[in-house]
Amino acid sequence: MRVFIPNSAFLGNIDPFIRSIDLSDPDHLMVTGNRRWLSVHPVVITMIASLGLSVGPSNVTIDLEARSRHYLERMGLFDLLGAQRQSSIIEHEPAGRFIPLAQVKGSSELTRFMTEMIPLLHLEPDNALPIKYSISELVRNVLEHSESDAGAIVAAQFYKKSNIIRIGISDTGVGIRHTIGRSHLTESDLAAIRLSLMPGITGATRREGGTEQNAGAGLFFIKSMAAIKRDFFMVYSGDAMFKLLRSSKIIAKRKLNSDPFRDRHSAGDGYPCWRGTVVGIDISLSEPLEFSDLLGIINRTYVNTIRERKKSKHRRPRFI
Amino acid sequence: MKEISISELAGTFAENKDVAKKIREGTLLPSLMKGEEVIIDFKDVESATQSFIHALISDLIRRYGSGVLDKLIFRNCNNNVQKIIIMVSDYMQESEA
Repeated sequence: MRVFIPNSAFLGNIDPFIRSIDLSDPDHLMVTGNRRWLSVHPVVITMIASLGLSVGPSNVTIDLEARSRHYLERMGLFDLLGAQRQSSIIEHEPAGRFIPLAQVKGSSELTRFMTEMIPLLHLEPDNALPIKYSISELVRNVLEHSESDAGAIVAAQFYKKSNIIRIGISDTGVGIRHTIGRSHLTESDLAAIRLSLMPGITGATRREGGTEQNAGAGLFFIKSMAAIKRDFFMVYSGDAMFKLLRSSKIIAKRKLNSDPFRDRHSAGDGYPCWRGTVVGIDISLSEPLEFSDLLGIINRTYVNTIRERKKSKHRRPRFI
Repeated sequence: MKEISISELAGTFAENKDVAKKIREGTLLPSLMKGEEVIIDFKDVESATQSFIHALISDLIRRYGSGVLDKLIFRNCNNNVQKIIIMVSDYMQESEA
């Protein structure tokens, strides 16, 4: 496998990066990058870490200039992969800047991660809430559905200039199509991603309301949060990617869509086939969001969707 | 009447669904089966995830219908927690209607 890290890859322009990943030869990973500088979304780093863990440290080659290497070292890539650092850097206190790469493999480990790592971002309580919410729901999705021995790989970074927290979560598990396909017919990875973003759709059951442990609301909830705050949100699984694009303020505040394809988005297939799931999200701290208001809108959309879906399943008697 | 403290069991950010399941199976269900009311106290809980609340109460609504909400008393919920509880109870009742 080969990954070339460009000098810029954020959710808005991540498509060429994903298309450039070469996932052939699944036993080795070669990472190269722009020679001058790197500035990428944490989701890119989580993807590299996920691939690196899948092949083992002795099968990873990282060929980067010192300056670019430094960034990956700071994000904890070498520590996570057990690879040797090549430069001697002075570690700064990470508080206020980023959550370095972490591997979360279990439920109580996640709770510990939430308690210990989120404070590293040094956020006001109102700003911390959507971050905690997103990380908890996304990582639990991985733990419950991915069947990945490596668990979830997560990283986050605060970007001062844009006042945005960017979060990446990756796994190398079974992927969304496999999970959703347990209870729903899906003809493609993209169709499965679309279903997974609808409220009340879960791979655990076809029944409305889900199971006692799973409602099928996690991804819809996070996509909704991004939609209302006009933030980017991306899901990549199998050979497909869905990306929520930024919409105008007027549209974003009006209502939520239960069908992600009715949001302003880009979606497509034919990407390199990622065995597992990758989620990236931007959370702007400049767009204030009253969390309780968001909950109210999500509730209305959720209940209306269930009502409409149940109604659409009704069959009328035929008379001749 | 039984009382449980969510912050003592799940912390101030209630997100661990395994803990929710333990509370549901270990305390809520046995109490409800005896016909007891249960006070679920959210004092010091800054927020909860929808997944946590779903794991806590959705199965109770499915088993016993909306009437079970007369037996559960949610205490000291802030606005966010209240809205998440309302959301879960709304979509479960709509699902079971």
